[in-house]
Amino acid sequence: MNARFRTAAGGLIDRRRALNFTFDGRALQGFQGDTLASALLANGVRLMGRSFKYHRPRGVLSAGPDEPNALVSVRRDAARITPNLRATEIELYEGLDARSQNRWPSLTFDAGALARLIAPFISAGFYYKTFMWPRKAWDRLYEPLIRAAAGLGDAPTLADPDRYACRYGHCDVLVIGSGPAGLAAALAAASSGARVMICDEQAVFGGSLLTGGDALVDDLSTEAWLARTVSTLASHANVVMLPRTTAFGYFAHNLIGLCQRLTDHLPSPAATAPRERLWQVRAKEVVICAGALERPLVFPGNDRPGVMLAEAARTYLNRYGVKPGRRVGLVTAHDGAYRTALDLHAVGVDIAFIADVRGAADGHWPTTARAAGLQVKTRMTVTGTTGRLRVTGATLSKVSVDGRVGGGERFDCDAVLMSGGYTPSVHLHSQSRGKLIWSDEFKAFLPGGRAERERSAGACRGVFGLAAALADGAEAGSAAATAAGFAAGIATAGGRFDVRTVEVGADSMIGALPQPSSVHDGEAFVDWQNDVTVKDLLLATREGFRSIEHVKRYTTTGMATDQGKTSNINALGVVAQALGASVADIGLTTFRMPYTPVTFGALAGLSRGDLFEPVRTSAMHDWAAHQGAVFEDVGAWKRARYFPRPGEDMHAAVARECAAVRTACGVFDASTLGKIELVGPDAATFMNRMYVNAWTRLGVGRCRYGLLLGEDGFVLDDGVVGRIAADRFHITTTTGGAGRVLAKMEDYLQTEWPELKVWATSTTEQWAVIALQGPNARRILEGVIEGIALSPEALPHMSLAEGRIRGVPARLFRVSFTGELGFEVNVPADYGLAVWNAIWEAGQAHGLTAYGTETMHVLRAEKGFIIVGQETDGTATPDDVGLSWAVGRTKPDFVGKRSLARPSMAAPDRKQLVGLMTDRPDLVLEEGVQIVALRDQPEPRRPIGHVTSSYASATLKRSIALAMVSAGRAKLGETLYAATIEGDVPVKVTAPIFYDPEGARVNV
Amino acid sequence: MLLIPCPYCGERPELEFVYGGQAHIARPADAGALSDEEWAEYLYMRDNPKGPHAERWRHTHGCGRFFNVVRDTANDTILAAYLSGQPRPPKSTGGAPR
Repeated sequence: MNARFRTAAGGLIDRRRALNFTFDGRALQGFQGDTLASALLANGVRLMGRSFKYHRPRGVLSAGPDEPNALVSVRRDAARITPNLRATEIELYEGLDARSQNRWPSLTFDAGALARLIAPFISAGFYYKTFMWPRKAWDRLYEPLIRAAAGLGDAPTLADPDRYACRYGHCDVLVIGSGPAGLAAALAAASSGARVMICDEQAVFGGSLLTGGDALVDDLSTEAWLARTVSTLASHANVVMLPRTTAFGYFAHNLIGLCQRLTDHLPSPAATAPRERLWQVRAKEVVICAGALERPLVFPGNDRPGVMLAEAARTYLNRYGVKPGRRVGLVTAHDGAYRTALDLHAVGVDIAFIADVRGAADGHWPTTARAAGLQVKTRMTVTGTTGRLRVTGATLSKVSVDGRVGGGERFDCDAVLMSGGYTPSVHLHSQSRGKLIWSDEFKAFLPGGRAERERSAGACRGVFGLAAALADGAEAGSAAATAAGFAAGIATAGGRFDVRTVEVGADSMIGALPQPSSVHDGEAFVDWQNDVTVKDLLLATREGFRSIEHVKRYTTTGMATDQGKTSNINALGVVAQALGASVADIGLTTFRMPYTPVTFGALAGLSRGDLFEPVRTSAMHDWAAHQGAVFEDVGAWKRARYFPRPGEDMHAAVARECAAVRTACGVFDASTLGKIELVGPDAATFMNRMYVNAWTRLGVGRCRYGLLLGEDGFVLDDGVVGRIAADRFHITTTTGGAGRVLAKMEDYLQTEWPELKVWATSTTEQWAVIALQGPNARRILEGVIEGIALSPEALPHMSLAEGRIRGVPARLFRVSFTGELGFEVNVPADYGLAVWNAIWEAGQAHGLTAYGTETMHVLRAEKGFIIVGQETDGTATPDDVGLSWAVGRTKPDFVGKRSLARPSMAAPDRKQLVGLMTDRPDLVLEEGVQIVALRDQPEPRRPIGHVTSSYASATLKRSIALAMVSAGRAKLGETLYAATIEGDVPVKVTAPIFYDPEGARVNV
Repeated sequence: MLLIPCPYCGERPELEFVYGGQAHIARPADAGALSDEEWAEYLYMRDNPKGPHAERWRHTHGCGRFFNVVRDTANDTILAAYLSGQPRPPKSTGGAPR
């Protein structure tokens, strides 16, 4: 195979298992164990993407989750396209189909790259400053163009066919990260008997141990020690090991979100296998061993393909057997680059130069490098690189002691490796609301005071080096187990590892490398993914931005999907230097979850489609569906809205249903009404305190319209309440208010009046409710009811009785929400359909017609019955909606009574419920339309009310409307105007009752 | 997500609870005797401290009981949980990691 940059041997790849894959359709080969990035590099593919804004050619920068450049789309089929994946994290599999992004027509020739010609003009804030006008062009022209030109990969347009699992986890110690510190922490905690979970974002455990080296731990090579440690952990029954699992979010009280990738690495996952699993882990103690991210250096041309982090290059070499180039230059502020240079030198890579930005480099590694004949220059800077689609050379300059940059010398090379030291990964600690403290020594923020039960160990808290990280991890794991209540692990307590290695130190550099004034810093990139340069940051500070939070938003530095993992600290350095302030004073932008992007699929889990939200249906739902009902959502309920016959629209169906109720009889499924059974010796007392009405004298077998207020005096809910026995009430509530009302009752019962002997139980689901409304209702019911006399004398309006229907026990209420003779039959829900069918059958001879909620609304509006939440809006008093008759004024107290006595509650200009009639009978006003007093007044106009309900009434052969109008009851007969979108429409104010105002029809 | 110690059921995730506002605000026994200002004080005025705050929670998706919790609003540390009707435990200065 044509893997020109693959070493002859070595690495953790399986060279016996070659894998075929494609990149932009080009067939390539890699090995089992490769990432897409390592396989591409092995094949000499340096160009992996185009940058977000300038479309600059970009290669891979890192070897991990911090990668800002090599973002690709992976395609399995038309519905399974995942954009914006980091090539450094994509595990290679047979048949992998990866594609580059943000380029047209091709990656090597990208028309969008013309943007670089105008790059000097499109610096920070360019869009805000330029596309100001005309205003409308922003939505139609500028924004779509900008969005098309700048961008990431395209999401598939088909629904995600994959399944996503979710799981709760509980443990004593959660260890995040499986590098040396994490493994040592897990070992120590596990040996104490604590339940341990350890996760790592990579496919295999080991972290930095996977990058090789000649260190010895307990006389074992790191590779052998890692294998032994992983198998030791696996042998513990109390340890759960989660590879390919990213701890992406730290939530209150030690809840950690983990995303486990289950099938993305498989060539052909089983169709039923979940793709990812969201873990919500509640840990007693958390040990964060997130390691550190290598810091890039900022110099002109630092984004050319072939410019890479030094330790990333060492990872490619030692873990994947891939050489970053044939002739490599290194620029560094850290001894680690020397180790990289020596490893490369050992496999035959030419080292063009090692340029150290520090004044001196004479530790073990620089000394060894010099001894190996490598060219080391100190106090250097890079003033530029050359090359188009890959780097071909770099220009180095000496920096004098007083900071002046001398003349440049160009060196040929096909890769430039850089290291600015390390930035501890404090993301999770910060997400947990732990404090961060600036360290001058490490030029980085380190974890400070904690807010949760967590501790950091190893490089993520600035403890660098293998020996120190192992000891620190063991100590943290042991301390965490102790804090979780376990006897601390002894076997591998801190300092018990025998480590032989030479460390690389902890030097670092922040900000931009020094440049001569002639050098253009518009190509010195700080944030690769969002194309933010030193020039942009300096411009922002010149324009007056001081807060780093503002600089971030203005320049977009750190706002890409990598969240500034490689860029934030250097951006801070540049801004601090420009403002002449210390980094500690500039502060840091907030770390937010997720650490790396998480799919919506993982977060949604099983909560999609039918499982997104529970659906509530009544016992008669299937009957209505069979009849062709059109349903509407009311809360979680499905309610039949109308029952169209062939050829009918809603208007026609509702007109027919209304006529049937007014002339014969209608049957309506009222099961969704909230129902509460209130029982106990103090039930009447409780009712008196909760509802505005007087209940003491309500006889057994009688019903009353109940009105419930909040303590603020505004209408909260209503419903008919029946007294079943002296100590038992059957309360109904609105469909949407059932839960709210019961919760309110419980609140008062538990916290204000615990001495009352009364219990409230929801019975909404227990009763099916069948409403029979219309002149024929009694006749129909007589055929099926047993044990209840239906005569007006025996069962007058607003009374109830218990009996049976076709043998089924029933509570029969004589009530009406239509203004017609009406009954509501309550039967146990399991019998609902059978009883409904019996009534339906008995009613056929009497013109029985099924009707839905739309007809119910029209009929009640004809009678001026309010609907809470439609006529009321949380600011309506009983008097506002014409219900002051319901208020028991002589009661000493009830919920809301004191508020009703406030002067403003009786103000004469309060909005009051009225009826409105348009001149034109066929004009149905839009609900919500504003009412004004004067016609065609200029803006701004003061509305004096609004329409709350509006329907075409088949009964009255005209439109009707209910409205809340300021001092409305004093305006009866006046003409006001509805300010419709077509212009002002005159409306006559009437009483809010349009049909049978005497109520004769209900008392028959 | 908070872990709330229900005095009846033990520690449960916040998902099972509904917040009930500031605790220890008793409904005036004789509301009619209050001035409008006093009534408004009862009805609308609530503390908004940075620090320990006594508040009501209801274990809606559990035992259904209301109870009181002292929570440090600065760091969500729960300092005490006790039954409705009981006095607030001696004030904790709070703020320590849980």
